Amino acid sequence: MKLRFLLPLGAFMILVVFLAIGLKLDPHDVPSPLIDKAAPAFTLPQLHEPQKNFSPADMKGKVWLLNVWASWCASCRQEHVYFTEFAKANPSINLMGLNYKDESDAAMQWLVRLGNPYKISITDKDGMAGLDWGVYGVPETFVIDKKGIVRHKQTGPVDPTILQTLIMPLIEKLNLEEM
Amino acid sequence: MKKLLLSLLLLQSLNAFAEIEIYQFKTPELELRYQTLTEELRCLVCQNQNIADSHAELAQDLRRKVYEKLNTGESNDQIIDYMTERYGDFVLYRPPFNVKTLILWIAPVLTLLIGGIGFWSLLKRRETNITEQLSDSERAHLNELLHAKTSDKT
Repeated sequence: MKLRFLLPLGAFMILVVFLAIGLKLDPHDVPSPLIDKAAPAFTLPQLHEPQKNFSPADMKGKVWLLNVWASWCASCRQEHVYFTEFAKANPSINLMGLNYKDESDAAMQWLVRLGNPYKISITDKDGMAGLDWGVYGVPETFVIDKKGIVRHKQTGPVDPTILQTLIMPLIEKLNLEEM
Repeated sequence: MKKLLLSLLLLQSLNAFAEIEIYQFKTPELELRYQTLTEELRCLVCQNQNIADSHAELAQDLRRKVYEKLNTGESNDQIIDYMTERYGDFVLYRPPFNVKTLILWIAPVLTLLIGGIGFWSLLKRRETNITEQLSDSERAHLNELLHAKTSDKT
């Protein structure tokens, strides 16, 4: 008899647990279906030398990062400091920048003013490459392995903790993988 | 002052509408398909809006992609596949029926079923309780009382 009265309380507690988990989830953290799939191809002009193109296929055999950013994006500025430090401390890392729906002049000025951590910057003026990569909120960062497979996607700005505990160990692990 | 405010508000809404671009379609059928598709695709920036209603730049790009794909003769399924390959099932307002979404789809039926069974057993228990609750002595007592009542009246 007593147990029966505890039943609604039990059900309520289960509900509370689910709601608590739900509160902690970030609805903007949409899992990317691109993970463990081949990086979408594109051929886009480079920011500093528009006559030269860049395509993900050029990076075959190397582990690389693609950071999607724009000069109009406030949180890109926030993470830019960390990327600049990160690139300085780890010059061997292939960090590429995809300048998303931006004016090239504004983008280049931004890099002059705040430092340029990118080995190569690519321009995606109409955002169609971004769309292929499933970009929906800059900044976003992808980690691509030697075979050209997307292994990780970071949505939103990175911080030193993410770079040191997640991105860096992943790069080291991927570097050890065979082609 | 009120008039000024009102006109300002009206101007504001005009601005908002100005952002939804208008596409020309070859056939009314294509336009209809464009409308259904954009209403079923979720904008990932403002997550509680579909791309038909959203002013976000991403929604604009997605609409353009839908328009281009319709014009090249792709089917609705092909367009939906294109979107889910890039943005996952999350982009769909009507999630597909698969292992991951199984709970989502059967939860309403399941809840109704559990509730129904609970309610049914409650009713059942009450019914039996009522018929079995009175013992012989209680029945006699009740009769006595009823009898007393009627005799009072007369």
